[in-house]
Amino acid sequence: MLTSASRHGLATLLLLVALALLPPALNALGEPFYIGLGTRVLIFAIAAVSLDLILGYGGMVSLGHAAYLGVGAYTVGILSFYGVQNGFVHFLSAAAISALVALAIGANSVRTTGIHFIMISLAFGQMLYYLAVSVSQFGGDDGLNIDAQSAFGGLDLGDPTSLYYVSFCILVVVLFGLDRLVNSRFGMVLRAVKSNEPRVRTIGFSPYRYKLTAFVISGTICGIAGALLANQNLFISPASMHWGRSGEILIMTILGGMGTLSGAVVGSVVYISLEYFLSRLTEHWQAVMGPLIVLVVLFAGGGLVALLAGRRVAGAGSR
Amino acid sequence: MSAPILAVQDLCLRFGGLIATNNVSFSVKPDELHAIIGPNGAGKSTLIAQLAGDRLPDSGQILLGGADVTGLPSHARAQRGLGRSFQITSVFSEFTTLANVALAVQAGAGSSFRFWKRAAREHALVEPARAILDRVGLSHRADVPAGALAHGEKRALELGIALARRPRLLLLDEPMAGMGPEEAARMVELLAALKGSLAMVLVEHDMDAVFRLADRISVLVYGRLIATGSPEETRSNPEVRQAYLGEDE
Ligand SMILES: Nc1ncnc2c1ncn2[C@@H]1O[C@H](COP(=O)(O)OP(=O)(O)OP(=O)(O)O)[C@@H](O)[C@H]1O
Ligand SMILES: [Mg+2]
Repeated sequence: MLTSASRHGLATLLLLVALALLPPALNALGEPFYIGLGTRVLIFAIAAVSLDLILGYGGMVSLGHAAYLGVGAYTVGILSFYGVQNGFVHFLSAAAISALVALAIGANSVRTTGIHFIMISLAFGQMLYYLAVSVSQFGGDDGLNIDAQSAFGGLDLGDPTSLYYVSFCILVVVLFGLDRLVNSRFGMVLRAVKSNEPRVRTIGFSPYRYKLTAFVISGTICGIAGALLANQNLFISPASMHWGRSGEILIMTILGGMGTLSGAVVGSVVYISLEYFLSRLTEHWQAVMGPLIVLVVLFAGGGLVALLAGRRVAGAGSR
Repeated sequence: MSAPILAVQDLCLRFGGLIATNNVSFSVKPDELHAIIGPNGAGKSTLIAQLAGDRLPDSGQILLGGADVTGLPSHARAQRGLGRSFQITSVFSEFTTLANVALAVQAGAGSSFRFWKRAAREHALVEPARAILDRVGLSHRADVPAGALAHGEKRALELGIALARRPRLLLLDEPMAGMGPEEAARMVELLAALKGSLAMVLVEHDMDAVFRLADRISVLVYGRLIATGSPEETRSNPEVRQAYLGEDE
């Protein structure tokens, strides 16, 4: 009999194996076009997993997470606008600038809780959105075309399969790294803050430093997802940082199951696939998607992961 | 005579028109168990909250080990050796019983900015935590989520979390509240065994427990300390009998 934790680990492993086999399977089926859709799933999975760190483990409901997708993507776009094509420069800059933006936003928001935090994260996100709209040099409202993918020597990110596997590897590294993090000393403090902040103070921790650190890590990872997004679309516009996009990332995380990390991946798979296929069936796809999400939230408190596992998989690995 | 571990001078706190803490001064010696008794609403929990740093006084001074901590936040006081348990049970419900205590051990065991090693596999955290669970009688419940513990067990865990930080001074706000007689007796034994190894401020309504455990007793009525003395002195103080103990007779 497997414990809940090892069952969860096994399910994650199966999910990752399935994602790893997707491109050859699609090629065998003669549907290579869908590899691009798969890459989109992976990119949003990275974003949703990064959100899960602060949402599912830190209790911070961010409605401005798409800002980091935008920051990461614009970093790549602007660098190549100025003729910098080196992929390492692109991705390291995207990570560093996202980290700085997250530090600035986090320093001014993580002290707040509940609805206040939601509103402040929303406000900062929209601020960046309007900043992108107003800077006409980089396309303003119309967005910015990117000449070519980030250059990594022999690795051609213009090849859909390569981009897919680069995204996949980043997702795996992020999942593994965050799994270690949420179970480390740091992670235990972060979860404790979510569970009972006054108690955390009375045993001698100042929650602020832990929340801010998690916030910056989360923003950095999401910025890297943004750099991937720029490479996939070769285009970046303010729309990618709109609060509606932040809401979608939030829905993916909640849909899959908060505080499980891999739940965010499941959420992304389901959300992006449904969005794609429903929108081809009907232009009113959101009218179908909405109720579906409500049903999952109502009937599976722990998200799809809990539904699949047949029981709640607690973030703290103990319920 | 050793210097007091806690010295409170002229502490005042108002809630609008209500004076919850009215010029309170008292001190606690390093190995003393100092009980604070008083009727409901006397301001005992409010006083504890100010000592712990959850609430700032309007005026007055709090010295911990000789150092002024009046303006320090609660986490800074905890780092200076102050532990506390809450009147209303406050544990990490999603964590196992063991993880609750291990986290408190962690708070006193070096940096928590460690991101890789699994905390549950750190012997330096888990072993002391097991020893504490043993001490408060919860060893057999180590792997149960704290939220699933019975009320009395949660009270014991509450104490375990506070002890794990190895405080020099422990503030206990009604540790026996809501316990059955058997559990309460066990808690009294536990506190009796702790006596002498650290200083304690005990707020408690159970007079048998107070008179059994306390070295000194302070009586708080309407925010004012009307008397401080040994259990015998307190028992025979006419003002105390009238203001408080009289209620029980
Ligand atoms: N946040 C607050 N705002 C206004 N009044 C408060 C507040 N907290 C407590 N009080 C009032 O201050 C007084 C002291 O309350 P406190 O909880 O300290 O009493 P207590 O001695 O601990 O009582 P009990 O024995 O019932 O626990 C009470 O009259 C209470 O109503
Ligand atoms: Mg009280």
